[in-house]
Amino acid sequence: MTAPRLLITASPHLSEPDSTPKIMWHVVLSLLPVVGASIYFFGPSAVLVITAATAGALVTEWIFGTRGSLLDGSAMITGILLGLVLPAGIPLWMAFVGGVFGIGFGKLIFGGLGQNIFNPALLGRAFLQAAFPVAMTTWPVIRENWWQLRGDNLALPLMSPKEVDVLTEATPLGLMKFEQTGTDLWRLTLGATGGSLGETAGVLILLCGGYLAIRNYLNWRIPASIFLTVAVFSVLLHLIDAARYPDALFMLFSGGLMLGAVYMATDMVTSPVTNLGCWVFGFGIGFLVVVIRLWGGLAEGVMYAILLMNALVPFINRATQPRAFGAEQPKAKQTT
Amino acid sequence: MGEVFWILVSAMVVNNFTLYYFLGLCPFMGVSARVETAVRMGMANIFVMTMASLCAWFLNTFILPHAPYLRLISFIVVIASFVQIVEMVIKKVSPKLFRQLGIYLPLITTNCAILGLALFQTNRGYGLIQGLSFAVGAGLGLTLALVLMASIRETGELSDVPSIAKGMALVLIIAGSLSLAFMGFAGLLSAT
Repeated sequence: MTAPRLLITASPHLSEPDSTPKIMWHVVLSLLPVVGASIYFFGPSAVLVITAATAGALVTEWIFGTRGSLLDGSAMITGILLGLVLPAGIPLWMAFVGGVFGIGFGKLIFGGLGQNIFNPALLGRAFLQAAFPVAMTTWPVIRENWWQLRGDNLALPLMSPKEVDVLTEATPLGLMKFEQTGTDLWRLTLGATGGSLGETAGVLILLCGGYLAIRNYLNWRIPASIFLTVAVFSVLLHLIDAARYPDALFMLFSGGLMLGAVYMATDMVTSPVTNLGCWVFGFGIGFLVVVIRLWGGLAEGVMYAILLMNALVPFINRATQPRAFGAEQPKAKQTT
Repeated sequence: MGEVFWILVSAMVVNNFTLYYFLGLCPFMGVSARVETAVRMGMANIFVMTMASLCAWFLNTFILPHAPYLRLISFIVVIASFVQIVEMVIKKVSPKLFRQLGIYLPLITTNCAILGLALFQTNRGYGLIQGLSFAVGAGLGLTLALVLMASIRETGELSDVPSIAKGMALVLIIAGSLSLAFMGFAGLLSAT
């Protein structure tokens, strides 16, 4: 038997079973049911798109990241999440580029894990949305033949995609915004609607998020305050003009709100440190989502709402800094 | 009254001068290292923009109808000299305010955002009140962008940025990401 190793460190001498890789791989595991749902709904296209996005993220992390950073699982999460917010028919090379951009310019350029400002997966998607707006807003229908690809997934890079005979349908939010028709609530909650790969199965995402929240791997205050804000605003607006504004359940379960609130906004790196800050952060996201969805030029605003609030996080952290125990209220602010 | 308010919000958030039109980038990159200086720069911006809007309205109403070809040059000269005069007055009347605005006041007088403001205002045919609210909104928008950038940069100060991206390169990338995020506001308020 070897002699016990002496550990000489400064206090506090607390040990914690959770480590960054452990939490990250748990999140990856909890994402698997969502991935499964997307495969069930969108067939082999879902597998291809998610794999391409993940490959883009992993390759970039492997080449440019610090040694061993590939194993902590964060790049894996970014890749899967990016894949889940892409439409099924997108050419694979675009998904790959999105993964490269998200990890490269969203994370590594800031110094790697823990130092980025914006959520890498969402930044990758925002980039794709700006660069390829048509491919990013073509939503294929869930069709009879499961094995068929949902679009020109295999298009060559920088070539214009072939005119594939693919049936498309508007997302529930698009229908609401541009044609003023609602969608059946059962189809919304179970996920049988048009939309990005992983955002349609609202109930499933809630269950997976609940698991993470119970294990304390995400701060439940963020999704709670997002849902609360969106619900309150949409109930009020629905009372004012029921013909123009949809009801609260529709707002909660349509589009990327579930996926965004549970998996994107709660990213530990890009959310505020304090609990009060988390409430503020969630309120801001919910408010921006309602504003962009109902009055903006776009049908969906969750991605932009989260990115905008990500940019505000340093400010929120500054404003909600708790007072040190025993310290007096700061007097006149020091000027530099 | 409602219209005036929407002009202000639109200039501040939706058509943010820095993040949507990419005007006034030099102070955005140059003076965004500290939140305090960024706020002061923003204040100076609001002030100069309001002045510029006033000058542009005056020129458009009384002088330029007689000599339309003088538009660009007269905007530049009149705004710059007017701000210089106001600066001298502030220096005399309130040295404290002068110190707070500091070097930024003369610096931003020649900024492209100022001339851009005067030209936008002319092209859209804003009156005096609309022009003033447009100017205040644009100034607030610049302040918002500056403060956001400064708080992000302060946070990132200690992070382990790779050597190729140190300094201005990272600032440009943050600016691009911010601009991507602000694309979400595209089309907002256009329906109303």
